[in-house]
Amino acid sequence: MSAFIHNFFNVEIMAKSWKIILVGLSNTVQVAIVALVCAAVLGLALAVLRGLKNRVIDVLIVIYVDLFRALPTIVLFMLVYYMLPFFGLSLPLFWAVVFALAINGGAYFEEIFRAGIEAVDKGQWEASRSLGLDFRQTMRFVVLPQAIRIVIPPATSNSLELVKTTVLASVISMPDLLYKAQQAAGLWYNPTPLVLAALIFLVMLWPFVRLTSYLERRMG
Amino acid sequence: MNMRGLIDSFFNVQIMLKYLPALARGLAVTVEIAALSLALGLTLGMILAVVRVSIKRKGTPRLVRLLNVPLAFYVDSMRAIPPLVTLVVVYFALPYLGVYISRFWSAVLVFVLVLAAFASEIFRAGIESVHVGQTEAARSLGLSFLQTMRFVVVRQAFRVALPPLTSRMISITKDVSLASVIGVADLLKEAKLGIASTYNTSPLIAAAILFILMFLPLVRLSTYVERRMKR
Repeated sequence: MSAFIHNFFNVEIMAKSWKIILVGLSNTVQVAIVALVCAAVLGLALAVLRGLKNRVIDVLIVIYVDLFRALPTIVLFMLVYYMLPFFGLSLPLFWAVVFALAINGGAYFEEIFRAGIEAVDKGQWEASRSLGLDFRQTMRFVVLPQAIRIVIPPATSNSLELVKTTVLASVISMPDLLYKAQQAAGLWYNPTPLVLAALIFLVMLWPFVRLTSYLERRMG
Repeated sequence: MNMRGLIDSFFNVQIMLKYLPALARGLAVTVEIAALSLALGLTLGMILAVVRVSIKRKGTPRLVRLLNVPLAFYVDSMRAIPPLVTLVVVYFALPYLGVYISRFWSAVLVFVLVLAAFASEIFRAGIESVHVGQTEAARSLGLSFLQTMRFVVVRQAFRVALPPLTSRMISITKDVSLASVIGVADLLKEAKLGIASTYNTSPLIAAAILFILMFLPLVRLSTYVERRMKR
């Protein structure tokens, strides 16, 4: 038991490593927020484009969405890591991670927003179009405000998944929470920092897990 | 951008063919982990869901009800902590707990734990969506609690649970590539070894293509299931 505490809940190691871990946490939070915004905006834009019902646009978007739903995110991270420099895009790691998270998350957000838009009754479209609103006005003032309500539970759950996915940044050596925890664990040859990282995720994301359950139950 | 160079370093057919046998071995490991995790995870998730629903019933002793606290804690932790973090912690922790299992089984263990947590929530929502009248009717016809669950509730719950369950199954199967991080020789690991020994990214592209070929039909299926269930 004391060996267990020594290796996993070692207060001394925690005291030594919290500074390193804090740097990682700060990077994780920044990357999560920026990527979340980018992914949501991308998803919304694509979902609105699909409202145009243009065959070509639809097919292109479906290919994009299915491709990214089919590709494991860690593989996408590796591809971005190896391929971007080749295209002359020497992005800083931070933006490479944001890019990977945004194009991956955007595919899921597109599906969610599209389902929300499609759930709005067709009569709403017809009514506002016949009142003289154009496509953009109908989207903005009639359809989207109603779609938002339907979209909130799955979008919350998807946001949670996106934030959890940020740990893959550690695989391409961006100094995020997991990367820094692994570094600290290696430095003092003790896995306590890893446990600390897990606990930080638990404390940080648990409210959102509860929120997701609550929203799903209320809307269901 | 130089087209020749692009093809050379990313779509080099010669290198792809050379690494195809290794990638196929990796793919087999990926499929094995996925199949084990799905079978065990779904079973455990179903058991958990039934246990959690049944201890919530009226007349359950207080002490038994307390069981809900650790179960809820486990489920919520798995939903809040990224699977990669759980994987790394479990991989490091097990030997200290006196448990010596291979990387392969450490990975299976983590994916089972994660899937069971999500699946139990999905099954539970499904079970709770079945009208109380169904349970009452079955019970007054003389079926026991377990019989009611088995022959009346779970069947109807399954319909509600199917769309979210399909997408969660796909997502856990995609997560299997995380096992490469702790050194399991799965498809991604074999691709990375290929990159390291050729200084060429083609093995990774080949692996990505294999992943897409494997998952695209499943993604299409899940879209189909979602669409059908809506009607």
